Amino acid sequence: MFRKLHLVWLLIAGCILYCLHACNSAGQQMDEERVPDTVSYNFNIRPILSDKCFKCHGPDAGHREADLRLDLPEIAYSALKDNPEAHALVPGDPSLSEVYRRISTKDTAEQMPPASSNLKKLSPFEVDLVKKWIKQGARYEKHWAFVAPRAHPVPQVKNTDWVKNPIDNFVLQKMEQKGFEPNAEADKERLLKRVSLDLTGLPPSLKMMDSFLADRSPDAYQKVVDQLMAAPQYGEKMALHWLDVSRYADSHGYQDDNYRSQWPWRDWVIHAFNENLPYDKFITWQLAGDQLPNATKEQILATAFNRNHKITEEGGVIDEEYRVSYVTDRTNTFGKAMLGVTLECAHCHDHKYDPFSQKEYYAVFAFFNSVKEVGLQSTVGGAETYAKRPMMQISNDDIKKVLKFINKQDTDKLIVSIMADSDKVRPTYILKRGNYDTHGDEVTAGTPKSILPFTGNYPKNRLGLSEWLFNKNNPLTARVFVNQVWQEFFGKGIVKSSGDFGMQGDLPSHPELLDWLSVDFRDHGWDMKRLVKQVVMSATYRQSAVVSPEKLKNDPDNILFARGPRNRLPAEFVRDLVLASSGLLNRKIGGPSVNPYQPPGLWENATSGRGQLATYKQVHGPDLYRRGMYTLIKRTVPPASLAIFDASNRDQCEVKRLRTNTPLQALVMLNDPTVLESARVLAAKLLHDNSQSKDKIIKAFRLVMCRHPQEKELAILTAYYNEELKSMTKADADKLLKVGEYPVPANADKVKLAAMMKVVDAMYNLEEAITKT
Amino acid sequence: MEKDFLESRLNINRRRFLSRLSLGIGSAALGSLLIPDLFSGKGEEAEADFIAGIPNFAPKAKRVIYLFQDGAPSQLESFDYKPKLREMMGQELPPSVRGNQILTGMTAKQASFPLVGSFYDFKQYGESRAWISDLFPHIGKIADDICIIRSMNTDAINHDPALTFFQTGAQQGNRPSMGSWVSYGLGSENKNLPAFTVLLSKGKGNGQGVYSKLWSNGFLDSIHQGVQFSSGEDPILYLNDPEGLNRHERRKMLDNLAALNDINYKEFGDPEINTKIQQYEMAYRMQTAVPEIMDVSKESDDIVKMYGPECLIPGTYAANCLLARKLSENGVRFVQLYHQGWDQHNNLPQEMAGQAKDVDQASAALVTDLKQRGLLDETLVIWGGEFGRTNYSQGKLDAANYGRDHHPRCFSVWMAGGGIKPGMVYGESDEFGYNIVKDPVHVHDFHATILNQLGIDHTKLTFKSQGRRYRLTDVAGNVVKGIIT
Repeated sequence: MFRKLHLVWLLIAGCILYCLHACNSAGQQMDEERVPDTVSYNFNIRPILSDKCFKCHGPDAGHREADLRLDLPEIAYSALKDNPEAHALVPGDPSLSEVYRRISTKDTAEQMPPASSNLKKLSPFEVDLVKKWIKQGARYEKHWAFVAPRAHPVPQVKNTDWVKNPIDNFVLQKMEQKGFEPNAEADKERLLKRVSLDLTGLPPSLKMMDSFLADRSPDAYQKVVDQLMAAPQYGEKMALHWLDVSRYADSHGYQDDNYRSQWPWRDWVIHAFNENLPYDKFITWQLAGDQLPNATKEQILATAFNRNHKITEEGGVIDEEYRVSYVTDRTNTFGKAMLGVTLECAHCHDHKYDPFSQKEYYAVFAFFNSVKEVGLQSTVGGAETYAKRPMMQISNDDIKKVLKFINKQDTDKLIVSIMADSDKVRPTYILKRGNYDTHGDEVTAGTPKSILPFTGNYPKNRLGLSEWLFNKNNPLTARVFVNQVWQEFFGKGIVKSSGDFGMQGDLPSHPELLDWLSVDFRDHGWDMKRLVKQVVMSATYRQSAVVSPEKLKNDPDNILFARGPRNRLPAEFVRDLVLASSGLLNRKIGGPSVNPYQPPGLWENATSGRGQLATYKQVHGPDLYRRGMYTLIKRTVPPASLAIFDASNRDQCEVKRLRTNTPLQALVMLNDPTVLESARVLAAKLLHDNSQSKDKIIKAFRLVMCRHPQEKELAILTAYYNEELKSMTKADADKLLKVGEYPVPANADKVKLAAMMKVVDAMYNLEEAITKT
Repeated sequence: MEKDFLESRLNINRRRFLSRLSLGIGSAALGSLLIPDLFSGKGEEAEADFIAGIPNFAPKAKRVIYLFQDGAPSQLESFDYKPKLREMMGQELPPSVRGNQILTGMTAKQASFPLVGSFYDFKQYGESRAWISDLFPHIGKIADDICIIRSMNTDAINHDPALTFFQTGAQQGNRPSMGSWVSYGLGSENKNLPAFTVLLSKGKGNGQGVYSKLWSNGFLDSIHQGVQFSSGEDPILYLNDPEGLNRHERRKMLDNLAALNDINYKEFGDPEINTKIQQYEMAYRMQTAVPEIMDVSKESDDIVKMYGPECLIPGTYAANCLLARKLSENGVRFVQLYHQGWDQHNNLPQEMAGQAKDVDQASAALVTDLKQRGLLDETLVIWGGEFGRTNYSQGKLDAANYGRDHHPRCFSVWMAGGGIKPGMVYGESDEFGYNIVKDPVHVHDFHATILNQLGIDHTKLTFKSQGRRYRLTDVAGNVVKGIIT
């Protein structure tokens, strides 16, 4: 199904995709018409070579055929090893180029890629592209992402009135080139819902809606943006993505999967976003806080980032096997989260597509290999096993004095796994085929030289690695983070494959914009709030999300950003929206994670019976209504209603969630007690108001949908309410109202309440309710 | 009347959906649940192009039921008869037999490795004269329907990685489960049921738990995720409407939702809105279809007798076997059972008897039941754990009470139906039951063979994620030609 849609989509979108230079490699295949005047290696040719040729004629020495590399011009231009008469590429002359002959031949014995590779042969269009590229000199370019971003001049546009900030110049320029016009600005109500959800993960309050609607001043929007960014919920919203990146969870993750107390680190992340810690510090503390001179407790706590990975408690494991797996996880996370590359592919062999050797993989691995840790420290047990050495103990005194952001209400001992290296560097070896016990050559700490060599005065430790990361010439650091932020607000990155900026990843849809934002971010002190504000203040972001049939046809994936983002909310914010609009939401920030309602038996049916998390102990009272991000994540059985909405299971670093639309999600919205209870509680509040039923429905609609209903919407909902009022029996009402632990007002008219509850429940189940509009 | 109305609405939605398809807008994940027939579109170029034209050849099996014995049952008390071990009871495992095998942390430091023979006797069954222990008399009776593989081997020696390896083809990481791969490759045969379902049960033996990553869709679309059916009040999570809300009321609500969503669709034109309407309709149909499947009250007395009285107790292995037949019969591609409690590090004779009692009769009944219905030919049934157990005792040896540690190098599984040769034993271990001496079958080979039976070339069922094309069999795997008809 998915693949079918994808294909049809490709067929239709091909033309546009291609001329945008914005396509992923698959998009290239589609245009049968227009080979561009100048064929670009990076944008036209390299995706083809990478997908179809590099597997056997690329960077991986282990699987190279005929000793030929097509990723390096000096080898591709020289005489072939097994046929010195011929050359793979003869710049300017396709007919003499073996590459062209082999991709265009009808002889299946000669054809490349060969049938045995299971790779599809090149389309006629792709063959034409390669032909023209050779004709024009077969010029190679360094992979775009490995060249440091430069500040492109802000382009001129025709419709200068539309522009709010430089983002818009880049976006509009492309639209104008393609004959597109931007959408009008979203109406105020929908815009407020969008920006409130994007900046705090919560819908705006009625008060905020009213004051924004009433505020006619030109800077009304900026005022709400400032207000939302100053709210403590801003930190929660920004933290959620980082918790996915950091594979944060509340259990150790293997087998018995017992509890771990890593949540103070999560509180720190929220704090760091709220304090607007600059990105370079944010990362440096997490990677190497313990190695900073006179490291503070806060800086040491930040390093828990690299201990969030799964840790085994299975008795009988081979210690070194697991210790190596932890180092591997850190290395892979570093590659994906901060460099946006698939470094992990070089764990067992040289990278097949990107210029990372296996040796370079283990050079990065070496940075994370000296931790004072073991593979198996303790099997499932009591509070002493909730963190693993190296760990820090956080006293109540620490919290009172320096770690004020940690929300700890008890006097129990609190321990957190953190980073600390041995005094002696543990030697690192290449692990042959990635096996923990098959040592190859010894390597020293370093980085892939194709990104930026690890030379000069960097200390050979994690602190040095952080310095390297924030070197002005590092081509990836700023781009990767800017892209993740863009993805948060627009639903997809400028580089769609936000975890893969390498050869097999997607090309940026707006490369100059990405560079401009990256340089600007770096040159303004890695100021995250400034970056976020830039994005939400842009006219691009503020556009209405209406999809005209023309735009749907010509740009179905919204590659041009010629309309506003319209996406279903992330799992946790679905929950938050329901709780917030009903007034049930508990706005407490941080603290230990909690177990809200969950269908019975999920943990019990899948447990070994050992450990604190063998049985599910649901909380009661205000803890039932915490934000989704505080729901306890037991990795082997992640929270059901969140998982169904594509939340990460936190098994490993994740920079981009899937976003699906499934019948199981419909069932959650229809029958999850949290939704039903919220509908009931909101209905009870409405009945308490001294107002007409119509006004009650309008108020509920505004709270849930964050806008006034249209007349016809109101008519349907009012009719629904009146029908329910007529058909509802006292017995059914009694049963319906039983859901959830929040008390029903003693004096309530139960039939009225149940009828109104159903109307509110219908609102929660509308597509728009849990969609960023 | 209501039904007509429902149908007409569904048709409207279907038309809308299809027109959406023809427009070719596809950011949504719809998948096999929704329009299953799209998957069967044979010979369409686009389809063929994508995963090299699945099925790659005529399938033998259409569906799989995998009876996973979680915790790793001992092959030495079940399907691999080793009289030598009884003869040598208490004697040291010769180092030449052990070779370079790495041991787990539980026995690596053990001073001695005393051999221990099965507490239970073995008999030969059927025309195949296969040796099967007295713990599994019912499986003995279907010996001529099954193929016992005595030469399975795996790379992992601990539960979590070994289970993950068997289920996803990799020891670590978020790879798709075998059932997800099959759902992705073949889609669903039933528009009201998920293509991949999961059923859990638990014995009294030492257990190791299961993990949802075992039925995870990994990087595939989440429509391919295993959907857990449970014995609780809600057979599928959140399936039941709240008390006080009947079907008519639910229908009324969905109609109002559709009308309201449609207003929004007209304003915004976002195809996701229509998809949402469809998904609510699908959910509504599941609310009827699933309880019907779960209802065993209409099963005949003969069937109940065959599976044993436990099959009427929801959540038991026997009930899950019966349910598996019903799901499979109704077109669910991949039914994955897990029976927990097979980790006999000690107390093996007693615990294993309990575990065997849980599963013996119902496992055999499932095969017989499918056969009677003419479904065994097109249904592949698999029975086995994540590794085997050592031929020496863990801890103190006593002829009536011993334990066995993990043993990845050689163990037994069996398969039936789906084009697997019946009544045969494949592969052979040495007289110590420690090493394979003939026809080894690695986990990758096992996966390749299962896909092969479903008409899928395991090297061609790929998905590109993070720049790399992944397969269930990673970069290995050979179809075990010796066991297929």
